[in-house]
Amino acid sequence: MKIAVVMKLVPDLVEELEIDEEKARLDTTWLRLVANEPDEHALEQALLLKEQLDAEVIVLGMDGDGMDDLLVTAAAKGADRIIKLTGADGDTLNNHAVARLLEPAIRELGADLVMTGVQAHDDLDGAVGPLLAGLLGWPCVSYVSGVVLEGAGCDVRKEFPGGLVVEMEVDLPAVLGIQSAPQPPRYVAVSRVRQVMKTTEVEEHPVGAVDDRGAAEVQALRRPSVGERASMLEGDEREAADQLVAILQKAGVL
Amino acid sequence: MTSTNVLDYPLDSGQFFASVSERKDGHRIRVCQQCGVCSGICPFRNAMDFPPQRMIAALRADLLDEVLGVDTVWMCVSCHACAAVCPAEIPIAGGLMTRVKEELVLAGEVPTELQEALESSQRYGNPLGQSPRKRADWIKGLEDDVTLLPKERRPVDVLWYVGDYGSYHARVTQTSRALVGVLKALDVDIGILGPNEISDGDSQRLAGERGLFETLAEQNGRAFAKHEFGEILTADPHAFNAIRNEYPALGIDYPVRHHTQYLADRLDDLRGLFVDPIDARVAYHDPCFLGRVNGIYEEPREVLRSIPGVELIEMAHNRENTLCCGGGGGGMWLDGFQWEKSHMRLSDLRVKEAVDAGAEVLAVACPYELPRFEDSTKTVEGAEGLLVRDLAELVAESMGAVP
Repeated sequence: MKIAVVMKLVPDLVEELEIDEEKARLDTTWLRLVANEPDEHALEQALLLKEQLDAEVIVLGMDGDGMDDLLVTAAAKGADRIIKLTGADGDTLNNHAVARLLEPAIRELGADLVMTGVQAHDDLDGAVGPLLAGLLGWPCVSYVSGVVLEGAGCDVRKEFPGGLVVEMEVDLPAVLGIQSAPQPPRYVAVSRVRQVMKTTEVEEHPVGAVDDRGAAEVQALRRPSVGERASMLEGDEREAADQLVAILQKAGVL
Repeated sequence: MTSTNVLDYPLDSGQFFASVSERKDGHRIRVCQQCGVCSGICPFRNAMDFPPQRMIAALRADLLDEVLGVDTVWMCVSCHACAAVCPAEIPIAGGLMTRVKEELVLAGEVPTELQEALESSQRYGNPLGQSPRKRADWIKGLEDDVTLLPKERRPVDVLWYVGDYGSYHARVTQTSRALVGVLKALDVDIGILGPNEISDGDSQRLAGERGLFETLAEQNGRAFAKHEFGEILTADPHAFNAIRNEYPALGIDYPVRHHTQYLADRLDDLRGLFVDPIDARVAYHDPCFLGRVNGIYEEPREVLRSIPGVELIEMAHNRENTLCCGGGGGGMWLDGFQWEKSHMRLSDLRVKEAVDAGAEVLAVACPYELPRFEDSTKTVEGAEGLLVRDLAELVAESMGAVP
C-alpha cells in the first residue's frame, strides 16, 4: 500500500498581510509561510494508517521557499519518502496547474491512495483533490475526517454541517481531501528534525511544462470594508463598557 | 527510504538510568534511599502516577515502559522543591523528571496545549505565537529611553534581555515599561535586541524539548555576539537561569544579573530617588528559579524594605520553602491539562497564603507570576483587594517613574 500525501505552504496569518501595488496579489516582502493546516491533517491521517498496516507514506510538494523544511519535518514525523517537484515556479501556480503536474508523478509512484488537505486558506476553492482525481480517472471524496483501510477496501467518514455523519466505501485507487485526522497532527522534536536533516535526502522530481488553463483570474484583492451599520465605541474601557451596556439594554438583551 | 528511528527510542531502564547519570550530579540517583520526602513536598504528587520516589523505584524495577506509558509527568512544574529537600542531593527535577519528559517529547507524546507552545517557539521564537517582528512593540512611546540595538548599533553598558512575556504579554509588558522608568532614573545605558531576541528556551528545556532549547540558545548567542555590552540584565528568572547556568556549556558566556540583584546593588542610588511612600503590607513571593535554583533570596527583600512605607511581611512558605506559581517546566502552557488532572491551581494556594498573611500587595519577580496570581485573586476568597506587582513596578511607583 502506497499513500501519497500532497502538501503545500500558505501565508502565515501571524504577520499582517499586505496587498501588493498591483492590488491583485499579496505583498511577499514580509510574508511568512507555514504548512497548510489541512495538509498537516492529511499527513497525520497517512501516518496513522502506516502505524496500523504496512503502508509506505510518500510526501510530495512543489519546490519553493520553505518546502525543504516542510518535507524534512514530514520525514521526521515518519514519512518514508519526501519528494519535491522541481522546475515549475511553485509560488505562482494555480490549482489546475498543480493538479496537472501531480498527475504523472502520482502515476509514476504507483500510489494506491492520494491524500491532501481539503483546502488551503490562500485559495479556498478546494480544487486540487477533485482536479487530480479527474485527471487520474479515480474516485474522489472531499471533507474527509477519518479513513480506515481494510483489505482492498477504503472506508471514509465525512461530516456534514448540522451533525450528519456519512460513512462510505471508496474503491482504490482514490483521492481524498482531508479535513481533519482522528487526532491532532503530532509533535516532532527539534533534535529529531535535525537528525533527519542530516540523514535524509529530499528527492527531486523534475516536472514538465506548466499548463495553468482553467482557473479563475484574480482581478482585485482588497480588505473587507467596514459595513455602514458597524460603529466603533470610543473612549477607555469603562466608557466603552457603559456604552455597550446602554446598547444592549436598548436592544432588550440585558 | 529514510530511517525514522534515528534517536534510539525507546531506551530500556538501564540505558535510561545511564542517561540520567550523565546529567550534572545525575549519578546520585543510584544512592536514592526511597525516603520519599521528594514525593511528600511535590505540589502535584496526588495527581501523578509516578511521583519522584515511586518513579525511581519503578526504574530500578525495570519498568521504564510503565513510567513512559502515563502522561502525569506533565504535572511536574519543575519547581525544584523535590531536589531542594532530597537528602541525597539527587537532581530530581532538572535531571530525572526532565529526562522523562524528553523521552516523551522524542516519542511525540506531548499534550496538545504544550505542543502549541513548542511549535510556536520553533516557528516564531516565542511560545505565545506572536510575530517575531513585533517583539519590540512594547517600547512604543519609550523609544528615546531604550536603544533598539539592531536599529542603532552602538556599545551599551547593559544589554537587557526582555524575554517572551516581558515583550508580548499585555500585563507583563507593564513591568517592562516600569523597569524602563527605573533604569532611566538610575541613568543606565540600556539596549535591547528587539526582533533579534528570541525565547531563552529554559522552560522549553524543562518541558523536555532540549533540541529546541539548544536551537533557541544558539540563536540568542549569535545575536549577543553582534553587539558590545558590559553585562546582561533580565527581569525573567528563567532567562537568568538559562544565561547563567545553561548557556555557558553551549559556548555562550556572559555576566548576567536579575533585575532584583541589579536594583539591590544600586540601593544607595535608589534611596535618593524614592518620592512617594507605598503604605502597604507587602509579601514577597520567591520565584522558584530565582530562589531555590539560584539562591537569590535577600536582594529582592532589601529592595522592598528600602521603599518608604513598605512593611515587608513573610508568608508561611518562603525562601527555599517557597510555593510554585505553577508556571515552570511547561506548566505555563499546561493549565487545561493540569486542571483536568488535579482540579487545583497552584497559584490559588499561594494567593490564599498571601491573604492569610494579611498582605495587601503580593510582590513578585518573575513574568509568569503576574498573570497567574492576578487570575487567582479573581477567584480566591478574600483576595479581591490583593494587588500583584512586580518589584520593579513598586520601585517605579515610589519613584514616580512609571512611564
